[in-house]
Amino acid sequence: MSKVKFSKSRKSAHLSPPPFFKGEGQGGGGQIPVDNLSSPHLASPLSRGEGSRWRGARKIKNPLIAKRKAAPLLARRKRRENRFRFYGILAIAFAFGFLGILLCNIISSGYSAFAETRIRLPITFSAGMTEDYFGAVRESLKNHFPEVHGKPELFRLYALISRDAEMQLKDMLAANPGLLGKTEEVWLKASSDADMYFKGRITKNTAEAYRKLSDHQLDWLEFLASEKRMKKTFNSTFFSAGDSREPERAGILSSMAGSLLTILCCMLTAFPLGVMTAVYLEEFAAKNWITAILEVNINNLAAVPSIIFGLLGLAVYIGFFGLPRSSSLVGGLTLALLILPIIVIATRNSLRSIPPSIKDAAIALGASKMQSVLHHSIPLAMPGIITGTILGIARAMGETAPLLMIGMVAFIADVPRNILSPATALPVQIFLWSDSPEAGFAERTSAAIMMLILFLAIINGAAIFLRKKFEVKWS
Amino acid sequence: MTVMSETRMQAKNLNLFYGTKQALFDINMDIERNKVTAMIGPSGCGKSSFLRCLNRMNDTILNCVVKGQVLLDGYDIYAKAVDPVLLRAKIGMVFQKPNPFPKSIYDNVAYGPRIHGLTRNKGELDGVVKDSLKKAGLWREVKDRLKDSGTSLSGGQQQRLCIARAIAVNPEVILMDEPCSALDPIATAIIEELIGNLKANYTIVIVTHSMQQAARISERTAFFHLGKLLEYGDTRDIFNRPKHEKTEGYINGRFG
Repeated sequence: MSKVKFSKSRKSAHLSPPPFFKGEGQGGGGQIPVDNLSSPHLASPLSRGEGSRWRGARKIKNPLIAKRKAAPLLARRKRRENRFRFYGILAIAFAFGFLGILLCNIISSGYSAFAETRIRLPITFSAGMTEDYFGAVRESLKNHFPEVHGKPELFRLYALISRDAEMQLKDMLAANPGLLGKTEEVWLKASSDADMYFKGRITKNTAEAYRKLSDHQLDWLEFLASEKRMKKTFNSTFFSAGDSREPERAGILSSMAGSLLTILCCMLTAFPLGVMTAVYLEEFAAKNWITAILEVNINNLAAVPSIIFGLLGLAVYIGFFGLPRSSSLVGGLTLALLILPIIVIATRNSLRSIPPSIKDAAIALGASKMQSVLHHSIPLAMPGIITGTILGIARAMGETAPLLMIGMVAFIADVPRNILSPATALPVQIFLWSDSPEAGFAERTSAAIMMLILFLAIINGAAIFLRKKFEVKWS
Repeated sequence: MTVMSETRMQAKNLNLFYGTKQALFDINMDIERNKVTAMIGPSGCGKSSFLRCLNRMNDTILNCVVKGQVLLDGYDIYAKAVDPVLLRAKIGMVFQKPNPFPKSIYDNVAYGPRIHGLTRNKGELDGVVKDSLKKAGLWREVKDRLKDSGTSLSGGQQQRLCIARAIAVNPEVILMDEPCSALDPIATAIIEELIGNLKANYTIVIVTHSMQQAARISERTAFFHLGKLLEYGDTRDIFNRPKHEKTEGYINGRFG
């Protein structure tokens, strides 16, 4: 080990003896004068035979290896460096720890939302059924639990099945009219409370007054489960439905569509505006007090609380221009204001990092200013521009406050048809659900957060991919 | 005002200011046709600034003011009606650090002809690219890899690519700003030989820090000092019989 060190340090000492060299040599009583070391005739242990090398190395002290006297300072320096590194690792560990806690928390409370409970009941498809589809469900339940009497009790019994069963049976009959007059075993969607029981979130351990299901209801469910009449399936409703008052019928489709439309509007406005602003300010504008003020203001805008942009959107787009309230167009335009400074700053920084020699080369060849910008600066700055834009979009994607201001917080069950129809966005949906008391909404809140995080991860992944794709190899 | 037949460019009472700081003082200099004119002098003496006046590259620098005249074939290039874009197509420039575009070798050379619309079709453009690369002495080395990035070449090859790129727009004058300072001696020798070949067709103005280089390749040498043109004449005279003591001192390595 010391042999290797020695040979390396000797080489560097040969080229230029480091200044600390002499000082340490004097202080520590170094054995070899500097001149000797840098001379090619040094009686170096390396010049001897293989066998004597080690013995020689022990005799001649390498002045670069710390002496005892010099050691305290060196050791202190080393300790300081190690401590510094340790702090860095600690910071990273902290950040990752919290991220881990967040993810664990969300996933553990949200994963169950991707499954839903179904209850199998024999349903008679009678002729009068089309009047009241749920009647068939009631009939079946009544027959299955003949001991249940009295309206309140029967109501509780019926409450185990979701109102969605109505649609389910209607669709079944429409798809297969031959069912009429027959009795069929049908897996019906359980109500949210029954779902919570089957997922183990409601148990008899809780006092009856503090849970949504009565003791009787739990008994019935237990009975159904023991008959293997309950099962968990994939919750496709969560991805195919809009918002609903009933948790088991609520999904993220409408809010996801709203988010996508909003982001589309946002990007189509913010990207060209931001890039053009940045290119003009960076490449064409004269550097005077006006541009200086503009620059300061753009940087300030990036720090304005997002709810202020919401108020601006409300006043300008809805109040002044009369655009439809809660539409994704207004949402997109408002978010565009929000991320404009991000795009402008990212683009300017990216343009500034282009080597001026490339612009010079183009100008010297007789390219006009615009040609040099369009042919060279912008393509070379593209990775940075795209990264900035996508980070801005990720920010817009997760923004809630400004959308509340422009009315995108309304209860929207339908998937928005176009950018003018009322819509909501995924983070707003999360906000709405988190406000609901039902346990079914609690898990859906977490599930929706997971989807949002997944979406953001995909967007950031796309940013990395595009940056790599547009990156120019300077080699 | 009469322009001698062999005078290509002429600077008349040229003063250059960066903001309030004056960088060039009353430069009067004739640059002769099909000759290599070298400009030497210590760092910061204004020789590069002067070179950049000759194709109005200084226009791109903020607060840079040029006073006086620079004539190309008797016409003032700083006249109001002159479009610097067209001017720079006539006066090419090669920079200190090789600066090929991060594009293919072909696109590097074809860029100039493309933006100026010099060729009508792909065949003609191919011809111009090949011709320019040949003139720059690079054709043999790159003819099989025209699609490779220009930045993948060695430093000397990159610099010759930049020369080919400048030649492709068919300029009349080529300005070179210390073209060899980032190159090794072998690449330098190749470029110097290339300059010798190019002067048959082009007027070349070169800024150099190497006195030997100026002596080897140029016919005329100008010595700049603190923004002033101290001495200008045949290279042989400047190096053998310098009139100014500062010139002598600089050439003999006593200062600078």
